[in-house]
Amino acid sequence: MSLQPNSITNPDLSETKNAKTAKPRSLWMDSLFHLLKSKTSLIGFCIIFILIVTAIFAPLIATHSPTEQSILNQYQTPSSEHWLGTDALGRDIFSRIIYGTRISIQIGVIAVGISMIIGVLLGSVAGYFGKWADQIIMRFVDILLAFPSILLAIALVAVLGPSLRNAMIAVGIIGIPQFARIIRSAVLSVKETEYIEAARAIGAKHGRTLMQHVLPNCIAPIIVQATLSVGTAILDAAGLSFLGLGAQPPTPEWGAMLSDGRAALQNAPWVITFPGLAIFFVVIGFNLFGDGLRDALDPKLKK
Amino acid sequence: MSSLLEVKNIKKHFPLKNNQLFSKEKHVLKAVDGISFSVKKGETLGLVGESGCGKSTAGRVILKLLEASDGEILFKGNDITHVRGEEMRKLRKEMQIIFQDPYASLNPRKTIEQTIIEPMKIFNVPRNERNKKLERLLDVVGLQSHHKHRYPHEFSGGQRQRIGIARALALDPELVICDEPVSALDVSIQAQVINLMEDLQKEFDLTYIFIAHDLSVVHHISDRVLVMYLGEIVEIGDVHDVYQDAKHPYTQALLSAVPEADPHHEKKRIILQGDLPSPANPPQGCKFHTRCSLAEEVCRAEKPALKQVSTSGQMAACHFAKEVVG
Repeated sequence: MSLQPNSITNPDLSETKNAKTAKPRSLWMDSLFHLLKSKTSLIGFCIIFILIVTAIFAPLIATHSPTEQSILNQYQTPSSEHWLGTDALGRDIFSRIIYGTRISIQIGVIAVGISMIIGVLLGSVAGYFGKWADQIIMRFVDILLAFPSILLAIALVAVLGPSLRNAMIAVGIIGIPQFARIIRSAVLSVKETEYIEAARAIGAKHGRTLMQHVLPNCIAPIIVQATLSVGTAILDAAGLSFLGLGAQPPTPEWGAMLSDGRAALQNAPWVITFPGLAIFFVVIGFNLFGDGLRDALDPKLKK
Repeated sequence: MSSLLEVKNIKKHFPLKNNQLFSKEKHVLKAVDGISFSVKKGETLGLVGESGCGKSTAGRVILKLLEASDGEILFKGNDITHVRGEEMRKLRKEMQIIFQDPYASLNPRKTIEQTIIEPMKIFNVPRNERNKKLERLLDVVGLQSHHKHRYPHEFSGGQRQRIGIARALALDPELVICDEPVSALDVSIQAQVINLMEDLQKEFDLTYIFIAHDLSVVHHISDRVLVMYLGEIVEIGDVHDVYQDAKHPYTQALLSAVPEADPHHEKKRIILQGDLPSPANPPQGCKFHTRCSLAEEVCRAEKPALKQVSTSGQMAACHFAKEVVG
């Protein structure tokens, strides 16, 4: 066969000739542009950014050791020495909150990682293969969903034993149903598109079709759900720690700090106010950012 | 010349969901209801009909993207109707499809290079050969080499369809099913893509099954034409015979709707009455009798068989078409 160049004129190609040097702009760049235009998601992004920087540079930012006790200094009001006061054992609350960001990020990443990996696996298999695989997986997910989530987490920690690690596992498990359902529905809609049929027509096996064609096109809802879940996961883990089922003393975990300060609520309100505010800001930060991401990644909203 | 593809009485029935509780009654939608034809190597068979007549379904059944409910599909003389799994995957190399909607048929997360190379990756074509083939394919479909790192959304409809064509040709198939490849494109781009497909057919020795509802496009590209109505063949024959002297009233009505460039040539439009009946509940007898101007009692009672109506092999399924033997 000869290597004849095509002789047909292509006026529809001329427009792109000028843009020869332009770099390919992926869909992600478009989305990022949309994301940064929204003020609320920018606020969310800033909160998350501050959180991460704080976690990395915690030893430099903290004024005291988070675990150093000083009985003589118990329940100090906020002052220039102790910016946010001290707790029942005289520990500096500001420093404990700063170190607590490390734990919160750890919880967010690990717990959501667990939910995401298992949820994406279950949801994509259920959505892609359908039929009995779908029935079995989704009924299992329904069972998980039937329990009130915090109750299920308490039950899981009760079985595994109270510790921060087990709390993260429990929070991860209760997040699975949401991921599985969202991924399943995304896979169901992507599965019907012509490019999936095209993948079958060129002889792609199921594994390849799922990994190369279906899942990459479901990534937007996965990212949105992951971002929104981080806030919930931190909140749930703080709840478990508050109940004494998560982080154990003297770990500077925000939920555990709330629990410690509970007794002195009337005399020393700062002990629980500031960890509570920290939780509030982190959760709202992830929620704002997640909402912004959802809008930015939704192709229907684009012009 | 022997036939590359032979289709014998294939049917595709879709079961319809029954919403009534405890009802045993089962409805089926007969998308393709017993069609037979053969395609010779190197020819183009046009498949025309209104939307919903089952022409795309027929294409997908032949490619085995859909499982046939009944009938036989012979490819190069081998029965492939029940071939599945790994064996079927190997067969895919020889039969490809070009899709209707160039916006939906390309994975938006893959660059052009990844899209065109993927079929070769699947069939383990060595890397240096793959890259050579990629450059060549881009060249023959009229795209430039620097386009390959771009994503589908950076291209126009016509360019995307060229990418789809390049992907279909990556494995050197023998049979290409073109599922309305130009109906989503602007008229000016349609001509370019049609010409490209004709050039490629000569260069790569391709056999096309060209599905379309645009009769002038089919006239231009096809050697033979097959007219479908509600899942059945109403007329089949050489493209010139059918366009000059259609025997079936449905074909006549379709052809009368094609605009002509000659302002002095007056012709009679045959306007079809009513809508296309539901394929879930097709009329008895001749399926076309509800809209046919010639319909008589026999049409309502008896289903006409496909019979030869000219010496050149043209066939039509109408009680009023004269049968010609030989």
